[in-house]
Formats: sequence, C-alpha cells, structure tokens
Amino acid sequence: MMSDPFKQIRGLGARGIEFVWRGGAMARFFVLVLLQSGMSFRRLGLTIREIYFAGVMSLVIIMVSGLFIGMVLGLQGFETLQKYGAEETMGVLVALSLVRELGPVVTALLFASRAGSAITAEIGLMKATEQLKAMDMMAVDPVARVVAPRFWAGVVSMPLLAAMFSAMGIFGGYIVAVVLVGIDAGVFWSNMQSAVSFNHDVLGGIIKSIVFGIAVSIIATFEGFDADPTAEGVSRATTRTVVTSALTVLALDLMLTGFMINMK
Amino acid sequence: MLPNSSPPTDDACANVVKIDNVDFAYGKRSILKGISLDVPRGKVVAIMGGSGCGKTTLLRLIGGQLVPSAGKLLVNGQNVADLDRDGLYAMRRKMSMLFQFGALFTDMTVFDNVAFQLREHTDLPEDMIRDLVLMKLNAVGLRGTAGLFPSELSGGMARRVALARAVALDPEVIMYDEPFAGLDPISLAVVGNTIRRLNDALGATSIVVTHDVVESLQIVDYLYFISDGCIVGHGTPDEIRASQEPYIKQFVHAELDGPVPFHYPAPPYSDELGLSRRVGT
Amino acid sequence: MERKTIDLWVGLFLLMGFAALLFLALKVGNIGSERNGSTYTVEARFENIGGLKLKAPVKSAGVIVGRVTNIRLDPDSFRAVATLALDKRFEFPKDTSASILTSGLLGEVYIGLDAGGDDKKLASGDRLQITQSAVVLERLISQFMFNKAAEGPSDKK
Repeated sequence: MMSDPFKQIRGLGARGIEFVWRGGAMARFFVLVLLQSGMSFRRLGLTIREIYFAGVMSLVIIMVSGLFIGMVLGLQGFETLQKYGAEETMGVLVALSLVRELGPVVTALLFASRAGSAITAEIGLMKATEQLKAMDMMAVDPVARVVAPRFWAGVVSMPLLAAMFSAMGIFGGYIVAVVLVGIDAGVFWSNMQSAVSFNHDVLGGIIKSIVFGIAVSIIATFEGFDADPTAEGVSRATTRTVVTSALTVLALDLMLTGFMINMK
Repeated sequence: MLPNSSPPTDDACANVVKIDNVDFAYGKRSILKGISLDVPRGKVVAIMGGSGCGKTTLLRLIGGQLVPSAGKLLVNGQNVADLDRDGLYAMRRKMSMLFQFGALFTDMTVFDNVAFQLREHTDLPEDMIRDLVLMKLNAVGLRGTAGLFPSELSGGMARRVALARAVALDPEVIMYDEPFAGLDPISLAVVGNTIRRLNDALGATSIVVTHDVVESLQIVDYLYFISDGCIVGHGTPDEIRASQEPYIKQFVHAELDGPVPFHYPAPPYSDELGLSRRVGT
Repeated sequence: MERKTIDLWVGLFLLMGFAALLFLALKVGNIGSERNGSTYTVEARFENIGGLKLKAPVKSAGVIVGRVTNIRLDPDSFRAVATLALDKRFEFPKDTSASILTSGLLGEVYIGLDAGGDDKKLASGDRLQITQSAVVLERLISQFMFNKAAEGPSDKK
C-alpha cells in the first residue's frame, strides 16, 4: 500500500471542518434552546430544581476555593508590595484581581468541571437510555423540558457564584492583611474603595460571569444532547465539556477584557 | 398463505395505522423497501422478524420520529409526514410507545414516572393524579413500588412500570418495541398477558414489535413478518402456525438454516483460510 | 429530594448571591460616589496638556469634583481643548481657574480648579478663562540648563 502524501493535510482539513461544524451546530442549538425556554419560566419549579443541582451543589467548592485564592493573593501581594512600602494597597490588589479576572474566570472553570460535566453526563445518559426519545414520543419536547431549565439554571447561578467567590476571596485577603499582617482595617477598605470602580470593575466582572454562564451552560447541554448514545460516548462528551468550556471561557475572557479596556 | 394476499380489512376507517408502500433509508443504507401493512382498530398486531430487520425503524416512522423516504404512512387517516411540530405532538398525545428497555426516567420515582404525562398534559389536581397513577400501577400489579426509583426495580418490573406509564393517558395506539426481550419466562408471560388485557380494557390498538414468536402467537390477533426490509408473510396466529411459507416456517419452528442463512455472506471458506492456494502449490 | 428542601436551599443560595453582589457594589466598589447624569460640562483651553488623559480626575482643594470627558485640538488656535464634566452639586464662580497638575513627581496628572470670587456661577457649556498649562519636566530641565549655561561664563568673569 502506498503511503498517502496528503494524509496529514487531509486530517487537518477534517478537523477544521469538524470544528466549524460543531460551532454551527452549537449556535443552532443555542437558538433552539432560547426558543424553547418558555417552559423554564412558566414552570419555575423545573428551573429551581436545576439551580439546586448546579448552583447550591457548587457552593462549597466555590466558596472554599475563593477563600484560599484570596488568602494566597494576600500573601503574594504582601511579599511584593512591602518591598515598595506599599503593603497598604494589598486590598486593592486582592479586590481588583478577584473582581475583574479571577472571580469570573476561576468560577467558570470550577463550574464547568463541577456542574457542567454533571449536566453533560446526565443528559447524555438520558439520551443513551432512550429517555429523551421516550419523552419526545410523549409529546414533551426534551429541549424545553430537560435542556432549557438546566441552561437557565447555569446562567442564573454563574454570576451569583462568581460574586460569592470574589466576596470570599476579599474576605480571605482581609484575613491575611488585617489579621496576619496587621494593616489597619479602615485603610484596607478605604484604599480598596477608592481604587475599585463599580462601573468598570464590578460591573465588568458581572458581565463577564454572565457571558461565561451562557457559554458553559450551552456547551454542557449541547455536548450531552449531542453525545453518542453509548457509555463511551457519554464519557467522551463529559471530557469535551470540561476542555471546550475551559478554552472558550479563557478565549472569551481575552476578548471581553480587551473590549472593556478599550471602552474605558 | 401468500405474501401478496390482501390484509383482513381494507376499510381506511377501520385501520388506525395504514402503511402504503413505504421506503426508508439511512443515507445510502436501505432499511425498509416497499412495506405495506394495516393495523385494524382494537386489535393487537405483531410485527416480527430477525434482529436488525427494520422493525424498530417502522415504529419510529409511525411515531413520526423518522420520515419515510417514499410512500404514504397514515395514522387515523392523517399522513404523518405532512404534520408540523404541533400536529405531530397532537398526534403523539393519542399514542404511546414502550421502549425496549423501558426508558424510565431515572431521576424520578416510579410514581412520578407514571404521573409524568398527566402532569405535563393535563391540569388535573394532584390528588386526582395520585388516584390515577395508583390505578395504572395496580393494573400492572406494582402499586407497592410507587416510592421506589427505577434503579431499584428488576428488568421485568421496570418493563411493567413502563407499561403503566405508556397507558397513563389512555392512548388510542400503543406501540411496543421488543417488550419481551431479556425477560425470564414468568415475567414474559406476565408482560404478554398485561399487553393483551390493557388493550382490551382500554379499547386501544396495539402494535408489538418482537422476535418472540411463541409468546406473540398466544396474545396477538394478526402477525406480519419482515425480512430484509420487506414483508415476507402475514396472517392470523392459526394461519401462521399452519403456514408452509419457508421463512415463516423457519422462524416459527426456530430451524437453523432456511431462507435466513446461518452464515453472513462471505468469500468461500476454503479461500479465506488459504486452503485452495495451498492445495494448488 | 423533597421539593420544600430544594426551594429553601435555592432561596438561601439566591440570597447569598445577591448579598455578595451588594457587598461588591457597596463595600468593595464605590457605587455611591459615581453618579452619572448629574453633571455639567465646561471647556478649558491649554497651551499644553502634558500627560493629561481621558477620565483624569478634576479636583478642587484636593477633592474630586469631576472627570475629563474629552480632549481635542482646536484647529484654529492650535491649542488643546479639554472638556470637563463637573458634579452638579458643586457650583463654581465664573472666574474659576484651571491648571494641569501632577500628584507627586511621577503620579497621575489631574486638573486642579481654583475658585474665584465672581458672583456669577459657571453654567453648562461655559469656557474657563484663566488656565495654566502643564509643567513639562523636560522643558523645565532644559530651560534650567540653558540658563545655567548662559550664566556660566559671567560667573567666571
């Protein structure tokens, strides 16, 4: 058998087509979910149930991670800032990095691996065991009944989780700065308040986390809905949710950050 | 019994499902070729055939989850392919389907599974739903399992719960996809008996897709045999038992070889083992 | 899971989330001091604005009273025109002067307002008549060195 000289190029082409195809399919799925969202709001109980599984179940990991990251930021910031005698601006460093970047981004990454993968696995398994087909045969649209409530639960949960993450992180920074280092609490807060702008920093972070919430939720539900209906297919879809979400969140973060800095 | 003889009733009104010369293909792979069959109202009709002959595809065509590539498929006189989404959902409210492994919702209790359609499609008060669900569960003898989750049920029990769920809204047409697969003889007899009883009690019409010939002959009114995407024979249970049609005979008496060969098509055995060449040298 | 338990937890979750948002808005950010819409704009012309940037603060007696919202070059006079948005709460006299200042040697550049004694108040669209341009450090240094060089020979005499 002759070796195919174009094999590599063809492989690249196939991957490119696959990538674009998935992007298009996801966009169509997104529109479909939006069109079928009526039930998620009419029967709020469905969405509340999913907020419980996506949001409440992620609380512990989000809050503990936020606290740790805030404390680490405090310690690292103190290390660097005291060389310039500026350790009183620790609060600024901690708050700005959390509110602008780490809060939305790390929350989105944690959410994708905690709740996103669970959503994909759940929907994928429902597909593999024909539950979605059965629901469709019962004249109940699986996108409206199963997908949309999970999507909206993710969109609602993400900004709240990100806010809690940032708040816990600032609390962690406070512990390091005020309790361990001994910076005056009033100075800590007043420096922070004069440097953190609500319109640019806090609102920007909230907008980011809403966008990430939409992205992660649609990826998680799409991968589940699109999974091969086998055990292997579901496990592959779950992995893909985490990887695609992480890359998408970081790419979106770069775009949004660039956009927001230009808006200033 | 000739394959081409006309089915028992030809009156369009009396046939809940009328399939006329339907073709279906997945891409280039042809699954069904020119299928024509009728399902008379109030009867239990079995569609039989070996594994992978397109029986399940036929059910999904009737349910409108697939669209035939040619031919006409009427349910209650309506061409399923012409229906839009709302029309399709309106049609599906009057039919229900029992999936091969039950397809119970794993995140709900048995009670909530059976109550699912009542809650989705009706505005009945919760206490009335409770009574209805318990009645349906009682009909399949599983009222005691209402609080359990599907993972806590045996295969046969899950099948019966799925049956109770399928009849929750008193459908006109009930389709069963391999209801007997993987059941022990007792569960099998229970499920078969329940299908017949429910059909008669509800005045419904049932389509049973199966390869279990012994059980089907006992409970159904009429049988169709599908092989390789075509209908190869049909008749009442008595006609089928007496049939001399080679395919039916092989199927009913489970003979090893016949029109359905034991071997999947392959090059000559001796060639593949290299025997003929070795003889030649 | 019981429906009531789920509702309770989700309610708590939403409360905590909004509390965190409120905390970020009020305690961490400074939502109170930034009010949009309640400002009026005045113009000020400068020979040179130095390192003045958009959104730079406008201070009076060290208190922030507004922001620089626009900087452009007047094509006729070749002078810089800065538009200042001032808080409506602060009404300045007509003869208020503006100067471009730097906080510390390398700190941020801002506009300082010195209130005059006029009875009439500044209105939206007015122009500040008295301005003082930025002190450009390089110019100062070169001027100083030039002067030194000029003085040099006379000292030796």
